[in-house]
Amino acid sequence: MSVSARPAFTPRKALFVALCLLPGVAFVALFTYWPMVRGSVMAFQRYNLFDLTETPFVGLENFRAVLAEPRFWTALRNTGTWVGVSLALQFLLGFGLALLLRRHFRGRGLYQAWVFFPWAMSGFLIGLLWRWMFNGQFGVINDLLLKAGVIEERIGFLATPGWAMTSVIIANVWYGVTFFAIMIMAALQSVPRELYEAAAVDGASKVRQFWHVTLPHIRPTLTLIVLLRIIWILNFPDLIYSMTGGGPAGGTDIVTTFLIQQVTGGDYGRAGAVGLLVLGLLLAFAIFYLTVTRSDETSR
Amino acid sequence: MRRLAKTAVLAAWLLITVFPLYWILVTSLKPKSEIFSMPLRYWPSRVTFEHYRELFEFADFGTYLVNSLLVSLAAAAAVTAIGVLGGYTLARFSFPGRGALMLAFLVTQMIPLFIALGPLYLLMSDLDLLNRLAGLMLVYVAMLVPFSTVIMRGFYERIPVALEEAAQVDGASRLAAMVRVVIPVMLPGIAATYIFAFVQCWNELFLAITFIDSEDAKTIPVAMNSFITQYDIDWGSMAAATVVSVIPTLVMFAAIRRYIVEGLTAGAVKG
Repeated sequence: MSVSARPAFTPRKALFVALCLLPGVAFVALFTYWPMVRGSVMAFQRYNLFDLTETPFVGLENFRAVLAEPRFWTALRNTGTWVGVSLALQFLLGFGLALLLRRHFRGRGLYQAWVFFPWAMSGFLIGLLWRWMFNGQFGVINDLLLKAGVIEERIGFLATPGWAMTSVIIANVWYGVTFFAIMIMAALQSVPRELYEAAAVDGASKVRQFWHVTLPHIRPTLTLIVLLRIIWILNFPDLIYSMTGGGPAGGTDIVTTFLIQQVTGGDYGRAGAVGLLVLGLLLAFAIFYLTVTRSDETSR
Repeated sequence: MRRLAKTAVLAAWLLITVFPLYWILVTSLKPKSEIFSMPLRYWPSRVTFEHYRELFEFADFGTYLVNSLLVSLAAAAAVTAIGVLGGYTLARFSFPGRGALMLAFLVTQMIPLFIALGPLYLLMSDLDLLNRLAGLMLVYVAMLVPFSTVIMRGFYERIPVALEEAAQVDGASRLAAMVRVVIPVMLPGIAATYIFAFVQCWNELFLAITFIDSEDAKTIPVAMNSFITQYDIDWGSMAAATVVSVIPTLVMFAAIRRYIVEGLTAGAVKG
């Protein structure tokens, strides 16, 4: 990371640095940090867009109201399912794909280009694609399952709570496998060839090489990728928003879609409270995750 | 045998990846009667462009397209320029607060920013920027500055300092050295950053639906969002709109795929 020549700091250089950074800092401060701070303060205010005559500070009232709302708890449980299952499947399938794409073959570049394309799409569009495919009446998935004899009659995938969650997760997995495949491929390529050669000389089989050479070597990278991905999936209401809108009856609501509903509803006080709760949970989780993976690594 | 199995798995995955896109394309080309009829047809009996025509004739999709294009082109240009400047200083100077600044930028990429959505609406309203493309553009710039700055910094760090110093020895000022020597080497990276930023703006939904509801300022995602009604979606138009909005991003992403992969993996794998 270090750059060899960091010149000494003179007033002229300080001015140059300041001028170069000013636009970026100004934008982020005004349009990201300022509203974030304001939103956090609103969490402790009564702040409803449709009645702004009074915005008194009300202590923890918003938090109490949110925590008393069954839909928040449903959203929280759903978030666990949404993040956990999506992540596990994305990771496993992505790992498999990375292993298959690891060695060069003819047409690999082209293949990667094709399987890469969901990335160019927004979560919103992906939600729409799958909403249409999972359509209870004219959806192609129902049609294919009927043809294959897996089901006898059409399923209202997006209208049945359990199925709706399954459906949005399938769409999300479809979207995210490529990401893992690419990251894991890069990690695999970072393993020095000599390690495999040494292991081969020692007579280790391919499977043993994988467990004892590959996996330990790429573990720190995987740990980080997984954490970033967890945060990312949690922050990703777009697909659910366009696919089910959180429905049926909150069956696919996650904390971020719930948060957006509070904003749309104009209750910025509650939205702030939900935002801070989510942030707190995320931080707690990140610290827990990093502690567990760290101690796991040092104990090896 | 193993090779055959491998090929089969890869082929299956390719099919799964491509099929949804194929299906939306086919839907957009089917006559209405065939979209909503049984048995489903996997290829239209006759290809029609009626949904595309409707989009532009009745839904004013041309305006949305131009709006999306304007906002994305302008915001991406501003973001890239800001990244070129900021990334340079982060890569080449050490100064107090540098680490804190990097952290402040990275944090915005990690935490749920939806808490800022309401206050942002109030801010835009105070600045009289609701329902204005300029307002949307400003917010998009802010949204993408951390990304462009940090990724540019990475690109600069790969360029030997010696290259600049040589130019400076020849009498060029720091800025001249940057413009004449460094920027040309960086061009592919700059182009990739621009395209990536463009696609992000092109695709952005939540900010746009929060700030825009007048017809003449709608971007494509806002317009498509208003196609979703409680009970009914006209899937012919929706499919056509999806195809129209996804084609530019597909082409652009294909062009910079290599850089995205590099940019993404650089941080995670090196660190």
